[in-house]
Amino acid sequence: MAAGLSISNGVSVPIRQVPDLALDEFRQWVIGETKTGARLVALYGQPADDGDIRLLAVLARDDQAMLLLASTRVGQSYPALTPDCVQAHWFEREIAEQWNVSPQGHPWLKPIRFHAPYGAAGAGSRDIVPGQTDFFRVAGEDIHEVAVGPVHAGVIEPGHFRFQCHGEQVLHLEISLGYQHRGVESALVGGPDKRTIHYLETAVGDTSIGHTMAYCQALESLTKCQVPPRALALRGIALELERLANHVGDLGALAGDVAYLPTASYCGRLRGDFLNMSALICGNRMGRGLVRPGGSGFDIDDALIEQLQQRLDTASTDLTSAVNLLWDSSSVLSRFEDTGKISASLCTELGLVGPAARACGFGRDVRVDFPAGVYCLAPIPVSTADSGDVFARAYVRWLEAQRSIEFIRMQLQTLPQGSVRAAMNGIASDMLVVTLVEGWRGEVCHVATTDSQGLFAHYKIIDPSFHNWMGLALAMRDEQISNFPLCNKSFNLSYCGHDL
Amino acid sequence: MMNTLLTRIQQGHRTIDYPVPSSALPDRFRGLPNIDAAKCPEDCRACATACPTQAITIDEQGIELDLGKCLFCTDCMEACPEDAIHYTGDHRLAVREREDLLMRGQVLEKASALEEKTRRLFGRSLKLRQVSAGGCNGCEQDVNVLSTIVFDLGRFGIQFVASPRHADGLLITGPVTANMKLALEKTYAAIPPPKVVIAMGACAISGGIYRGHSEVENGVDDLLAVDLYIPGCPPHPLTTLDGLLRLIGRLEEKESSSLA
Repeated sequence: MAAGLSISNGVSVPIRQVPDLALDEFRQWVIGETKTGARLVALYGQPADDGDIRLLAVLARDDQAMLLLASTRVGQSYPALTPDCVQAHWFEREIAEQWNVSPQGHPWLKPIRFHAPYGAAGAGSRDIVPGQTDFFRVAGEDIHEVAVGPVHAGVIEPGHFRFQCHGEQVLHLEISLGYQHRGVESALVGGPDKRTIHYLETAVGDTSIGHTMAYCQALESLTKCQVPPRALALRGIALELERLANHVGDLGALAGDVAYLPTASYCGRLRGDFLNMSALICGNRMGRGLVRPGGSGFDIDDALIEQLQQRLDTASTDLTSAVNLLWDSSSVLSRFEDTGKISASLCTELGLVGPAARACGFGRDVRVDFPAGVYCLAPIPVSTADSGDVFARAYVRWLEAQRSIEFIRMQLQTLPQGSVRAAMNGIASDMLVVTLVEGWRGEVCHVATTDSQGLFAHYKIIDPSFHNWMGLALAMRDEQISNFPLCNKSFNLSYCGHDL
Repeated sequence: MMNTLLTRIQQGHRTIDYPVPSSALPDRFRGLPNIDAAKCPEDCRACATACPTQAITIDEQGIELDLGKCLFCTDCMEACPEDAIHYTGDHRLAVREREDLLMRGQVLEKASALEEKTRRLFGRSLKLRQVSAGGCNGCEQDVNVLSTIVFDLGRFGIQFVASPRHADGLLITGPVTANMKLALEKTYAAIPPPKVVIAMGACAISGGIYRGHSEVENGVDDLLAVDLYIPGCPPHPLTTLDGLLRLIGRLEEKESSSLA
C-alpha cells in the first residue's frame, strides 16, 4: 500500500513533497488506512495547474499523533470512496458540488450548500434553489412527513429538517443545509490581506477564537514566526473561555429543553459571565481582536489578572451548584439517559469529533493528540463518557468545563513574561500547512496552500460540524420526534460553520 | 428539594437595572468611535487603507466613518500615526435612518421612538420574529442573551416569538445570503401590518465583511424598509436593548439618569 506523507500539526511542508498517487493507489490508501483506525480529517478538491482537480486527503492516526497526507488527480468523475469509507460521505458531496466532479457510485449524492460549482464548471449552471433536492421518503400506511425550517422557532441559524415519521417515532431524518453560504473559502484565495482575519473571526461567530487560532497557526508556520510564550498562554485562556461560555450555555439549554428551569436560568446567566471575561481581555464578548497573526492583540496586566481570577472563582462556584442540580434530578436524568444514542462503532464509522465523540468513549482531543502552542507545555486531561447519549454529551461538557477552569487558573498564575506579539515575515511560497485546534465543538481543521507568490492558492476550512451533522441525523433514528430539540442541542452544531 | 432551594438562594438576584451603570461594560469595550480629525496629517489615508470594510472614507470635506460598515475592530487605531482614533465606552449606537450612521464628527442622532400610532400599538408589547440570514451566530447569540434573567427583555414587554404571524416585526441578522432571501421575504410577508424591521449588526446593515460577495445581498436595505439600525460586530446586548427601548419610546424619559 502506498504511504502518505507524515506531517505535524502546524508544520508547513513544500507542496511538491505531497505524494501524488495514482487514483487507484489513493483510493486503496484512504480505504486501507480508515479501515485500520485512521480518521478522515479532510478530503477536498482544489484546482491543479492543468485544469484537473487535485483531491487531497488528510488522515489522522490519533493514537500515534500522526497526520498523513496524500493527493491524486481526478477528471470529471472517479469511483467514489464512500461505499468503502463512510467517513468520506459528506466530503465527496462537497467535492461534487464545488468542482462538478462526479464520485461514481456515491449512494447519497445531493448538494450540501446549494451553490453553483466553482470556476469554469459553474458557468451556465441552472438556477439553484436551496432545499430543493431529492429527499429520502418513507412510504406506507400511517407514515407522515414533518418539514421544519429554514426559519426555526427560536433565535437560531437556518437549516431544513425532514422527518419521516410513523406516529411519534422518527424513522429517518434528513438535514439539508446551505442557507448560510456566504462564500468564505473563495474569499480567502489570493490572501492574506486586511480582510482575511475578519473572515476567520466571522466564519463561525461562536468559534471566533478557535478559527482565528487555526488560521494564525497556519500563517505563523508559513512565515516561520515564533509566537511569544505569553501570547500562546493568552490564546489558550481565550480558547478555554470560549469553550466554557458555549458548554455552559449548552448545559443550560439542555436543561431548558427538558423544562428544568433552575439550571436553564442560572447557566443562561453564567454563560454571559464567561463571555464577559473574554470582553475584559479584548473588549469583545466573542473574543474579536484577541488572536492576531504573531501573537495576541491584547495583553493583560496584574490588576486584570486578579480581576479575571476573582470572576473565575465566583463563576466556578455558581456553575458547580447550578450544574449539579441536573445530576441530582431524576426527572432530568430520565430524559437525558438513553436519548439520542450513538454507538461507538457508528461514531467511528462516521468519524465524529469533539464532545460527541468523547461521549462515545473515544479520547479524541486535538489538545492532547496533536498539541500546539500552550497545550504542548500545559496538557489538559481528556474528558470522556461512554454511553453515547444526551447524558454523555452533557456530562462530557461538564467535565470539560471544570478542566477549562483549572487550566485558565493555572495559566493566569504562571503567565510568562514578555511581549505578546512578534513581527511577521514574508510568506513562504508553494507550501502546504494543516492546522488543527480543538474548538468547543471539536476539531477545527484548516489546510492552507500558497502559490509561487506566497499568496493563498487555496484555503480549506473544516468546522467540526461538517463531521457531526450526520451524527445528529442518525441519533434521531427511532427516537420520538419530541426529542429532537434535546438531541439537536446535545450536538449544537454550526450552520454557518458548515455552509461557510 | 432542599438542595434546589439552597441553590436558588445561593444564585441570588441577577437582573441588571436599565439604564445601566457604566461599570456594566468592560474597560476595553469598544463603543462609539471618536476620530479627532484635527490631528490628521495632510494626505494621510492610513486609517481608510487599513479598514477591512471601507467604513472610513476621506474626501475634500474630511473624514467620514460609516458605523453601518464598521466592525469595531482595532485596525484603524493601530494604523493611525497620530493616535487620533479612539473608541469611547458609549454603547448607545442604534439609529432610525441609515444616513445617521455616517459620522463626520457630529453627535450621533440616537434612535427616536416610532410614530405615535405604531408606538401606541407596540410601546408596551413588541413581539419580534428573528431571522438569521447568513449571520455567523455572533449576533444571534447576543440576541438570545437578552431573554436571560440578566437582561430580562420580557419586563419591557419585548419578546421573541416563533411564528411570524404572532409577530409585530422582524429582527434580521446576517448579510442576507442569496439562499435565505426567499425565506426572509416570506417571513416578512407573513407578519401582519403594521410591522417594524430591525437590522442588527454590520452584516445586516451593509453586508459587513461579506459586502460585495456574489453569495449575499449586502444587507437588508435593498429588500425591506428598515426602522432601526443597530451597529456592531456583534452589537453588545446593551446596545441592542438600548435601541429596542428607544424604538418603543421607553427610554426618553429616563435619559437623564443614564450614562454620563
